[in-house]
Amino acid sequence: MAGTAVSGRLAWRVARLAEIRQETPTARTLVFDIPGWPGHLAGQHVDVRLTAADGYTAQRSYSLAAPANGDRIELTVQRVADGEVSEHLTGPYAIGDPVEIRGPIGGWFVWRPADTAPVLLVAGGAGIVPLMAMIRARREAGSKALFRLVYSLRTPEELYYAAELRRPYAGLDITYVYTRELPEGQSGIPRRIDVPTLNTAAWPADFGATTYICGPTGFVETAADIMLALGHSPQSIRTERFGPSRD
Amino acid sequence: MGVVTPGFTGRARGANPRLPPGQYLAEDFPVLSAGPTPRVSAERWEFAVVTERGERRSWSWPELMALPSEKITVDIHCVTQWSKLDTHWRGVPVDALVGDLETAADYVMAHSYGGYTTNLPLADLLNGKAWIAYEYGGKPLTPEHGGPARLLVPHLYLWKSAKWVRELRLATKDDPGFWEAAGYHDYGDPWREQRYQGD
Ligand SMILES: Cc1cc2nc3c(=O)[nH]c(=O)nc-3n(C[C@H](O)[C@H](O)[C@H](O)COP(=O)(O)OP(=O)(O)OC[C@H]3O[C@@H](n4cnc5c(N)ncnc54)[C@H](O)[C@@H]3O)c2cc1C
Repeated sequence: MAGTAVSGRLAWRVARLAEIRQETPTARTLVFDIPGWPGHLAGQHVDVRLTAADGYTAQRSYSLAAPANGDRIELTVQRVADGEVSEHLTGPYAIGDPVEIRGPIGGWFVWRPADTAPVLLVAGGAGIVPLMAMIRARREAGSKALFRLVYSLRTPEELYYAAELRRPYAGLDITYVYTRELPEGQSGIPRRIDVPTLNTAAWPADFGATTYICGPTGFVETAADIMLALGHSPQSIRTERFGPSRD
Repeated sequence: MGVVTPGFTGRARGANPRLPPGQYLAEDFPVLSAGPTPRVSAERWEFAVVTERGERRSWSWPELMALPSEKITVDIHCVTQWSKLDTHWRGVPVDALVGDLETAADYVMAHSYGGYTTNLPLADLLNGKAWIAYEYGGKPLTPEHGGPARLLVPHLYLWKSAKWVRELRLATKDDPGFWEAAGYHDYGDPWREQRYQGD
């Protein structure tokens, strides 16, 4: 379990909103210009700090949604009802407005284009964000690593990056799991991620694959437990937990 | 002052003197860790302290349970910015476990089931500052929160409170642990916002 050495102080940089892409009715991708951005790995996140006129600040973590493109980075923010920061970023926050960002942070939940092992990505809701960065990094690098994605979402309209994910491309297989409402015309019943789903979608345990699981805490716990039960080694499973959990 | 974001007013104010800078109050108990939750049964469980010269002292689960324990009520602070006030724990003070072992070490590397590591100064674990905790809120510590037992070092960010702890290795030299090697701060004082290296 080795991390990536990072040295020196992580500076706060001023980023300005350059572009908004509405992903779903409640989530948007924010494209920032951030002069001096040092680059990052797929899977890393940043801290975003908002400052009010009276000096009050609030700070939250957001995953990087795409590989770095010079001084441009992308985040995708899901509106959390009553959420102090996400409601601002998905609401009044407008083109040209500044925020402060520091990063990149995290050296474990990352995929590097030099990695050739097969990859299973398991996303729950907004947990797709860092996994999409991996999919995009793979495509950008022309990597031949075999990727599979299992994406759990409530309803078809909550699909992020819909245009991009619907366009098939070689080496990426996608399984959607709808927990509340199926797409029109699809038979079956909505269900949560379960043993048969991952048994079918996951790489056989002895393939030397790496599994990345990201989403709300309960989702990550369930998916990781299933992968262990299917015989995958704990070392091959990396997790990122986004949300709070209830005891 | 930082750069003002137009229109942002913020909400979570209530200047609570018990909240370190940048922290907000969490009512729930978020779970954060780098991999799947290790499930360690009490029968299989063993905890050891190893000195820099290799002297080793270990405890089985019944042996740990037989040691005098303390009830602890503390505030805890996670580097991802939530804090919880007045959390209730039960555990064995680290003093009782390092006890009379002969050591010249200034540092400790905590090792966990599952491979996690984190480094701390030994002084931060002694004199009633840290515990091997096995109860939370009056119940056995659940696997998600590090059960059967975790290190509890409430005055540092929670990543120092290694879950599923299995060994404390004393050392004369300070080496970075898992998150520290990935850029997190070596010490992690919430009151000084020591989140990342150089903070
Ligand atoms: C490493 C990391 C990466 C993250 N990446 C992303 C990302 O790419 N996209 C993204 O949208 N979010 C991401 N998050 C979550 C994000 O940091 C915030 O927690 C989230 O935006 C809510 O903040 P808020 O200020 O709007 O809500 P708050 O004001 O903090 O919370 C308001 C209420 O909502 C609850 N709540 C808070 N967060 C969540 C949540 N995530 N799910 C459900 N309920 C919640 C709180 O308990 C509270 O009751 C990430 C978190 C971490 C730790």
